[in-house]
Amino acid sequence: MLEIKNLYVRAGGHEILKGVNLRVNAGEVHSIMGPNGSGKSTLAQVLAGRETYEVTGGEVIYEGKNLLEMAPEERAREGVFMAFQYPVEIPGVGSAQFLKAALNAIRKARGLEELDAMEFLTLVKQRIKVLGMDEKLLHRSVNEGFSGGEKKRGEIFQMALLEPRLCIMDETDSGLDIDALKIVAKGVNGLRSPERAIIVVTHYQRLLDYIVPDYVHVLVDGRIVRSGGKELALELEEKGYARFEGGAGAAAPARR
Amino acid sequence: MSTPIDMIESLVSKEYKWGFVTDIEQDIVPRGLNEDVIRLISAKKEEPEWLLEWRLKAYRHWLTMKEPTWHNVHYPPIDYQNISYYAAPKEKLQSLDEVDPELLRTFEKLGIPLGEQKQLAGVAVDAVFDSVSVATTFKEKLAELGIIFCAFSEAAQRHPELVRKYLGSVVPYTDNFFATLNSAVFTDGSFCYIPKGVRCPMELSTYFRINAESTGQFERTLIIAEPGSYVSYLEGCTAPMRDENQLHAAVVELIAHDDARIKYSTIQNWYPGDKNGKGGIYNFVTKRGKCLGRNSHISWTQVETGSAITWKYPGCMLVGDNSVGEFYSVALTNNRQQADTGTKMIHIGKNTRSTIVSKGISAGYGQNTYRGMVKILKGAAGARNYTQCDSLLIGDKCGAHTFPYIEVKNSTARMEHEASTSKIGDDQIFYCNQRGISKEDAVNLIVNGFCKEVFRELPMEFAVEAQKLLGVSLEGSVG
Repeated sequence: MLEIKNLYVRAGGHEILKGVNLRVNAGEVHSIMGPNGSGKSTLAQVLAGRETYEVTGGEVIYEGKNLLEMAPEERAREGVFMAFQYPVEIPGVGSAQFLKAALNAIRKARGLEELDAMEFLTLVKQRIKVLGMDEKLLHRSVNEGFSGGEKKRGEIFQMALLEPRLCIMDETDSGLDIDALKIVAKGVNGLRSPERAIIVVTHYQRLLDYIVPDYVHVLVDGRIVRSGGKELALELEEKGYARFEGGAGAAAPARR
Repeated sequence: MSTPIDMIESLVSKEYKWGFVTDIEQDIVPRGLNEDVIRLISAKKEEPEWLLEWRLKAYRHWLTMKEPTWHNVHYPPIDYQNISYYAAPKEKLQSLDEVDPELLRTFEKLGIPLGEQKQLAGVAVDAVFDSVSVATTFKEKLAELGIIFCAFSEAAQRHPELVRKYLGSVVPYTDNFFATLNSAVFTDGSFCYIPKGVRCPMELSTYFRINAESTGQFERTLIIAEPGSYVSYLEGCTAPMRDENQLHAAVVELIAHDDARIKYSTIQNWYPGDKNGKGGIYNFVTKRGKCLGRNSHISWTQVETGSAITWKYPGCMLVGDNSVGEFYSVALTNNRQQADTGTKMIHIGKNTRSTIVSKGISAGYGQNTYRGMVKILKGAAGARNYTQCDSLLIGDKCGAHTFPYIEVKNSTARMEHEASTSKIGDDQIFYCNQRGISKEDAVNLIVNGFCKEVFRELPMEFAVEAQKLLGVSLEGSVG
């Protein structure tokens, strides 16, 4: 489904990703772990199409298409969804209105009929229950005045509603207490399916107790320095990232 | 690399789709202004003698006045001798059947069908083309209820007692430079009279169209609501695209008696000029309502998207005890447009209340100024005002300015003032994009969200129009 080949990315005059390779198949859950500043969030944002990053090398193939040539909204319509680390507040725009615009834009691109207000409301009410969220949030402006936990749950709710093929979760666990974490994980697990791939970007192993990944990759200083199964996450929790940090530079030439 | 800000700026280049010119034989008075021109206008309108006298008094007063300079808009000096003050289609019309088909087609093209079969349901329309009203629909039906809805010049002939009683009673001919000029040279506009206890069963609406070159449009509208009556009135306007600037200086007067209510909505879409600020209408307008009676209520709602320059402050004089004045405004400036708009609420009676909600949107190089005055006079015990004044910036070359004036002479008054300035952020646009929403739709969503408190005050069908219009006016400001 997704193939990242030797990806180099710069931002603010710094090279952040220095040759990332990753292959994700439908039905798989991958976790990308790494210390602060390793480039995890950059990778997520580049996949989503954030324009403040400059891709200087490599390519990303998504469902046979060159992802990097697509505008962010085209990627979204093709099924790429990113749960934001910091969901953005849009004062004055009602959540329901926003979601309806998003859902219908995506449905239209997929050749499906747009939903009217009633159909939309029925669908939303059904999906929102799964996330244990209050329907009242739909009447409030997008993310405005939401607590940290509400914002993150909101992202997963949007994901459930928009039914993407590739879900990228950018540090969704940061700032969540254990109860909220469980709800988020439950929501994500409900979305696991043979047609869908999920990339979970996280600093801590904690989330992976609830969303058990098929593969774990360790990103350090802009490169994936190690890949393995779910047990790798436990190892990282125990021993930390330190042992990779000095060695990353040494490992690089071999990967290039 | 193109950033969202660059894109926002490149989205500012949509064609003005109402910019066509109607080719019709017109009777145009030569350019220039003097007493003879005023006599000529008055004669063409077959006005009573007192009205001509009133015009001349205004003209003589105007000669002593200076054009104001306190506003925050900039334009080259207007040569008042280089404007034609009267333009009208040649034939004189007695009924709708005699209206030149070219004119009917023009209004149809603007979405205002006037023909018997196609008239808009639930809306009576007075269509004003340059200096004359060409047709008024549903006139007879309204007359059955005693409602008078007709061209101003017709009212001056057929209902002189009403016109004489109220003309200039809210905006005196000495009021200000542009209102005084209008008093001297006004040509047409609408006249509405709602009798006691009558609730007007349909929206009344006037559609103003400037067509002729080098002419000014000076319309005059007068609405009188007798005790216990209700009327909702809407005006819309467009003009052809021309490289020269054209002057539009209107005066609107509203009078609400005891327990009467007037709801006045404007969708102003005069030609705004091109991307570089060439051409466009100079819109200098004086609008004022007098809540004369107890419990009377006047509400102004305006959506100002057009004109090169907008200069208007629809206000309310709250004379009657417990009377209510409201002002809801969306003003959008894109490209090189300038707007200096707001309101004046003068609290005179006891327990008078006013609400001001102003939303200014600036894009491109647009400059948007809110100017509002709230005055609580000595006798206005228990008066209350709430003002909310928000600005939204799109891009980084535009400007928003706020000048609130507050004058309180009664210590029991309660005043609230809230203001905010925000910017459509790149992160907001990206968030929308990541959910499949295009940049243009994202801007529309955010702008419409920003304006919704005002849009919900508009009659339903016009609220939809207004939303679309904002979309069109902003097209090109992102993308």
